[in-house]
Amino acid sequence: MDVLEKLTILTDAAKYDAACTSSGSRRSFRKGHIGNTTSSVAGCCHSFSADGRCVTLLKVLLTNCCVYDCKYCVNRRSNDTRRAAFTPEELAELTIGFYRRNYIEGLFLSSGVLRSPDYTTELMIRALTILRTTYCFNGYIHAKTIPGTSPELVTALGLLADRLSVNIELPSEAGLKTLAPDKTKAAILAPMGQIRQQWTANRQELVKYRHAPKFAPAGQSTQLIVGATQDTDLHILSLTQGLYDRYQLKRVFFSAYVPVVEHALLPSRDTKPPLLREHRLYQADWLLRFYGFRAEELLDERNPDFNPLVDPKCSWALAHLDFFPVEVNSADLETLLRVPGIGPTSARRILVARRVGSLGHDDLKKLGVVMKRAQYFITCRGKVADGLRFTPDSVLRGLIAAERPSLPQPEMEQLSLFTPAFGA
Amino acid sequence: MTDLVYLYDGSFDGLLCCVFDSYTKKEVLTAIYSDEDFAPSLFATRTVVTDTAHARRVYRSLVRISPTVGPFLRRCHLTCLEEKELYMYRFVRKLYRLGPPLLRSLTDETYLPLLRAVRHLEHEVELLRGFVRFSELSGVLGGEIEPKNRVLPLLRSHFCSRYQNERLFLYDRTHREALFYADGRSEILPLEHFQMAGPDETEARYRTLWKRFYDTIAIRERENPRLRMTHMPKRYWNTMTEFQGPAYFRAQSSPADVRSPGAPGGTPGLGTPPAPLPPAPGSAPYKSAGES
Repeated sequence: MDVLEKLTILTDAAKYDAACTSSGSRRSFRKGHIGNTTSSVAGCCHSFSADGRCVTLLKVLLTNCCVYDCKYCVNRRSNDTRRAAFTPEELAELTIGFYRRNYIEGLFLSSGVLRSPDYTTELMIRALTILRTTYCFNGYIHAKTIPGTSPELVTALGLLADRLSVNIELPSEAGLKTLAPDKTKAAILAPMGQIRQQWTANRQELVKYRHAPKFAPAGQSTQLIVGATQDTDLHILSLTQGLYDRYQLKRVFFSAYVPVVEHALLPSRDTKPPLLREHRLYQADWLLRFYGFRAEELLDERNPDFNPLVDPKCSWALAHLDFFPVEVNSADLETLLRVPGIGPTSARRILVARRVGSLGHDDLKKLGVVMKRAQYFITCRGKVADGLRFTPDSVLRGLIAAERPSLPQPEMEQLSLFTPAFGA
Repeated sequence: MTDLVYLYDGSFDGLLCCVFDSYTKKEVLTAIYSDEDFAPSLFATRTVVTDTAHARRVYRSLVRISPTVGPFLRRCHLTCLEEKELYMYRFVRKLYRLGPPLLRSLTDETYLPLLRAVRHLEHEVELLRGFVRFSELSGVLGGEIEPKNRVLPLLRSHFCSRYQNERLFLYDRTHREALFYADGRSEILPLEHFQMAGPDETEARYRTLWKRFYDTIAIRERENPRLRMTHMPKRYWNTMTEFQGPAYFRAQSSPADVRSPGAPGGTPGLGTPPAPLPPAPGSAPYKSAGES
């Protein structure tokens, strides 16, 4: 099998992994090496695929042979697909070839479980070692840790990669039991805990010794599948928050479940991936990370799922109308960040600009505030926007209308004059 | 006071000299043009001679107001803002009058257009860091871009440190200039005409591999062309490997094809010439399949 064919099979098998970021690592060039990761403090997208997702890294599996039988996965052992495996040399050469042409920011290496987690991780380590030492590759590497790998191998992997990740995939233990019988919650969380511990220890080490070897400098991330099980948004978001708090994860990715197999325990094959739900979860994830929200503020037992009509921030604002209006010229940063239509960038600009003079509604627009959303929730010098009258109902309608153009549109149904139904 | 138009040589220093002259000669300007894009007008014109000493004086006086002004104005000068010279001139005048508070009034009508233009420039640089595609042509990495702003000075450090052991060039089709890098030295030089050579076997193979990877990584059930276009506007597609026609992925059969005569007009003015510049073969990679 030639490399082109292998690449096709192993990319196809890896594409459902959502994580494709190259952020968080800051390593400038080294003499005699190729590459750096300085551009990627905020990540660097090299292309966008037809589904609109960013292509940053060469995202492939080392092999798609797998001893596990997770029901939701294309690579499970009971699935009849073509199997392939890169040799470490092939993979390293391919990565360098792509990297030199500026196709990619680095490598995202994952793998099916060949023989055992340890054996697979050893293969991955070998591939990464060749890349780092023989080819002197200094770019970004994201490596997947396979649940059940022994701690020593995780350490070795962390010293080669910029970011490690362990996929939780299913948000609850019950889901794991039914759909991924070979995995357990403990086996997933063990490497995560270990990575967190070593990462923190390494931070301290680096303070003392500047040249201490870096362990996963860009931290770790994980992925949750949305829509394969019955878990609520509240459950998923609380789990996400817990992961940020307790495991200091850099990112939690959500992946709308794409039905790839027919199985009694899974949604049927013709279900559409729940893209809107995934979108709402990402919006909430941003609120957790950059806006100072907590999961329990956004959702509770009575409303365990996000409102599909308005985004989480607007929906929070509508439920807390007593918090508003906010006076833009005197509110602090935390309060400004609670206003729909004001983000971290525009909030900071407001803080800078109002030192010179008080701001009016026109000024806010110039600062990048989305007035279509913000107008209902703010006052400038004690006044609401000219001619704006509203009731809670009309606010809701206005907010829905403001977001609609940016959401994926429901598919138009082709109308036909001569439908068979008419003829019958 | 009469309406007056200044002509300058198009360089950043030249623009600072315009500021210098307008103050020393007590003239208020209605327009500033660089020599290239000047169309004769009814107004009186004066050609400003670039004097480095004058430029340095103006620059230092600006940096004294705030250290961020210098780099900001340099970036302004790289943007594609219409009449950017006049905007910058007015901004500088206002800055002398108001001092540092002007830099905080982000809604000021002379400052905001420049701020927006620089944001546009920086965004384009950010995108192009990812969207530039290099081809290996006889050991040299070469690429082409079609940006709106002059991004090469800002892309320079990124690519030169990333590929420090390589020799590379990057051609800007819009502004007809190219970045050359070899052995730790880089230079940006004007280059009128340039045509990329066709790929050899290895290069064609990597292009095919990349195209295949790009096509495979998309999930069909999630297809969303509008989202893709938001993140990656179509004007960049022209120079990206994954959107080229079939001819782009075909290797030039004989070496004679690759090394045909007709070298580009530009001169690599480096101490160590960066590359035997890729010559221009009959078939340009961006033409349709039928032409090769």
